[in-house]
Order: sequence, then structure tokens, then C-alpha cells
Amino acid sequence: MVWAESVPRVWRERAKKYRLLGGKCPACGSVVYPHRQVCPYCGSEGLQLVELPRKGRVISYTVIRHPPSDFVGKEPYVVAIVELEGGARVLAQLTDVKPEEVREGMEVEAVFRRYREQSPDGIIEYGIKFRPAH
Amino acid sequence: MKRVFIVGAGATKVGEHWDRSLRDLAVEALLAAVRDAGIDKRDVQALYVGNMMSGELQGQEHLGALVATWAGMAGVAAFKVEAACASGGAALHQAYLAVASGLYDCVAVVGVEKMTDALPHDVTSALLTAEDQEYVVFTGATFVGLNALVYRMYMSRYGVKQEDVARFAVHCHKMAVNNPYAQFRREVTLEEVMSSPPIADPIRLLECAPVGDGAAALVLCNEDFLKRSPRDVLVEVAGSAVATDILSVHERRDPLAMAGFRKAAEAAMKRAGIEAKDVDVLEVHDAFTVLGVLTLEALGYAPPGKGWQLVAEGQLEPGGEIPTNTMGGLKARGHPVGGTGVYQVFDIVRQLRGEAGANQVEGAEIGLAQNLGGVAGTVAVHVLRRVR
Ligand SMILES: [Zn+2]
Repeated sequence: MVWAESVPRVWRERAKKYRLLGGKCPACGSVVYPHRQVCPYCGSEGLQLVELPRKGRVISYTVIRHPPSDFVGKEPYVVAIVELEGGARVLAQLTDVKPEEVREGMEVEAVFRRYREQSPDGIIEYGIKFRPAH
Repeated sequence: MKRVFIVGAGATKVGEHWDRSLRDLAVEALLAAVRDAGIDKRDVQALYVGNMMSGELQGQEHLGALVATWAGMAGVAAFKVEAACASGGAALHQAYLAVASGLYDCVAVVGVEKMTDALPHDVTSALLTAEDQEYVVFTGATFVGLNALVYRMYMSRYGVKQEDVARFAVHCHKMAVNNPYAQFRREVTLEEVMSSPPIADPIRLLECAPVGDGAAALVLCNEDFLKRSPRDVLVEVAGSAVATDILSVHERRDPLAMAGFRKAAEAAMKRAGIEAKDVDVLEVHDAFTVLGVLTLEALGYAPPGKGWQLVAEGQLEPGGEIPTNTMGGLKARGHPVGGTGVYQVFDIVRQLRGEAGANQVEGAEIGLAQNLGGVAGTVAVHVLRRVR
């Protein structure tokens, strides 16, 4: 269940979600995803908007077998921490790969995919998933 | 700052209370704590309700006025405190501040959650309100899954086997056998844990705290007010601290560092004037086995990657080096989410008063309770000390 269905809530995040827009901290150099105003590591403001590399590797992963209500029927699926080239980390689903084939350290690349529907007749939410890199 | 004492403690059994509502449970625990204190409930000047999901699961907020009304205490200052699974610990922190500041002489805290009203996947969704909705919940990750990410990293980095971490659940079930308030008063074997179905790999069902209903309450007061209570063994809140960490584990520079564990514990222990080695009874937030082991390491009872050895050697049992979760912990006493932080202190109070029955830790004087919200995005730590 999505607690309150909302189109604007999806719309306003679209650039960050579809294009992997991150932030680069002018003070400590950290790169974070998604872009935001303040660096979570050093507190500096004015993070530069950067389009992040679309390749990275799996740092850790899990196989979701008991999903929340808005993903019921899609299990099992893999959720992973992906570290992109340059260091930003993204939490995302892996796709085009069987759960048992996933490994820590696996090279992956970003693809545009469907995530969930807010309700049977609600808005469909899209975003980045990662698949094994070629 | 005034000294703060726990003068009364009460709780319901944790379990599937099909016949009882959120307010029923909260009122029962609250009145039990007031009776235990031997005071008049009209002496309570403020009430802090620790709860996470009443809005999602019951469509019910405004718990301060609701619980005060149904407990016959309308008129007191009352409100809900929410910090995910650390709601109970955070509410106790507020109660502590209220007395320590000198504003109130006597206050109460009740932690409550009523989870079995909802279907399992709706409970899963409600728990996820503790995470970043736009960038974490959006992916279909669950809380079990987020802890599983940490678990896998832990095993890889230190070469630890899952069997060794999973033993934490076996310990908790063994302790809960002697706790009349526990949800599961039966032992489980390591084989049963390891052959239970995976929920989010590598985490298996019997490594997870169960879904349950329950409420626990405490009455806190200052030194002057103590004269009104007949209690002769007292427990002092010697330290109370809350710390946060970067909300989502994947954004933390090292997802295994659990910076909040140390930060909150060090602040509470400093206030109490103790060190980790002084703790006689420990309550850790073992929502998943790996969190129990990570806490033992973060508090310095074992080097990184070696926390499981304390479990294997029986050092967490009464009589061991560091008696831990002696009433069953989240795994077996149960984890009614907003209630948990208060249950932990309720369990320690029973140990410090010598009321812990077969699991009594002889001569226990100092207890420490660690309550986590999210994957330790919030950490509440309390140090309790027996004073006479
Ligand atoms: Zn920075």
C-alpha cells in the first residue's frame, strides 16, 4: 500500500530518479545519490548537480521473499546496494538476473524499468534498476 | 539536573491479543505501573506514549489524550513520541528529561503497539514508514531486507558463518522460557533456526523478532516524590541518551560501523559515570540476530567479528560474562514495536530489584538497555542503577 496516492510526489522526483542525478559536495568531495541541498557527511551546502555514471558494482544484496503490500506478487526479487563509479551508492533492484546468480562485487549497469503501481488504477512509478554489465 | 528514579513498572504479556485493543493494552500496563509504584494515578503530571504505527494500523493518532482519557487521567500533559522501533526508548528519554529538568515531580511513560489488527504485508508496509519513502521504500526493500544487506556484509568481511550469528536467537528463546511476559516461552534449536524459511536472504524466519501486541509502562519521579512511595528497592535512571545516524544504511560510509550504537551508549554511560565493563545486565535490540552480535562488538564486549563467540560460550546467560536479553529479548520476549524500548527497561528493573525469578542475575546493580529505530537510524540508550 502506498499511504497516500500522489502524482506530484512522483513527478517532482522524476529527473533524479530517471537520470541518476546526484550531488557532489564542494567541501569534502563526497558524491551522493540523489542530489540534495546538504552533504550528509560534512554538512556543507550547495552540492553541485551531477549526472552519475551508470556503471557500478554490487556491494551487498538480498532476495526479498516477503514483500510489502505494493510489491506483492513480484517476489522473489533482488534489492542491492550498488556502488557507482566515483563512489555514490544507490539502493535499487537488480533485473535480468536470477537471484542465485547474483554475487557481491558483480559489475552492473543502470537500466530504466517499472517499479510499482500506487494502486490498480493509480500512477505507475518508474526508476533505475541494475542488470549485469556486458 | 534532578536525579530521576523509576518507582513503578508494569506490562502486559506480549502476544497475539485478539480480544484487546491498543488502548486496552496501554491502560493495563499504565495502571499496573501506577499500582506497582504505590501512588495515586492523579499524582502523575505528564504522560509520554511511545508508539510507532497506530496511525497506519489503527487509523488512530492523538494517543496522548486517548490513553489519558481511558486511563482516567485526562488533564495530564500527554502526547505520543515516535522514533520508529525506538519510540519506546525515545518516550522514556522525554519522561527522563521532564523529571530531570525539575518541571515535573512524577511522570509516566507507556510504550505500546498493536500489530495483529493488520495483515502481515500491511504490517511490513507500516514498518517501512521508518525508512526513506522516495529512495528506499520505493525499491521494494523491506526492513528484513535492509538488515539482510548488513548481515551479508558482516559475514563477508569477518568470515563469520550464519550458524554462529543465528545462535543469538537460540539464546533468547532459552531465556524467555522463564519469563511469564514473553511471547514465546519455548526453546528452539540451531537446526530449527537454520532450517526455517528465508525471509530476505540470508535472514531466516527464526532470526527475526516476531509480530506481536503489548504495552509496558514506567512511573518516574524525583527524589522528593520518592517519600510518597512505599518501595524500598529503587532504580535510578543514571543515564539517558538518544543518537541518530545517517538514516539509510547504504548511505553510511561503512554500513557496518553503526556509529549511533557507540554514540548513544557512550553518552548514557558518561552521564552515569560507568564503563561498559560495569554493566551487569544488558538488553540489546535484537530485531534480527545480526544486530545483537553487532551490538556486543560495538560496546566492546568482543572484537569485531567475534561477538558470536560470547553467545556460543554461554556468556550471555545469567552467571556469564555479560548477561544479555535475560528475559528473551526482542526475539522471544517479543517486539511490539513502540513498546519494546520500555519492555527492555521493565526487564532490567525486574533484574535490579531481584524479581527476575529463575533468570535472576545475582547481585545485579547496573543495567543498560539499547533500543534501535530503523536500521539504527535512531539509538536510545538507558543506564539503570539499583540504589537501595
Ligand atoms: Zn561533504
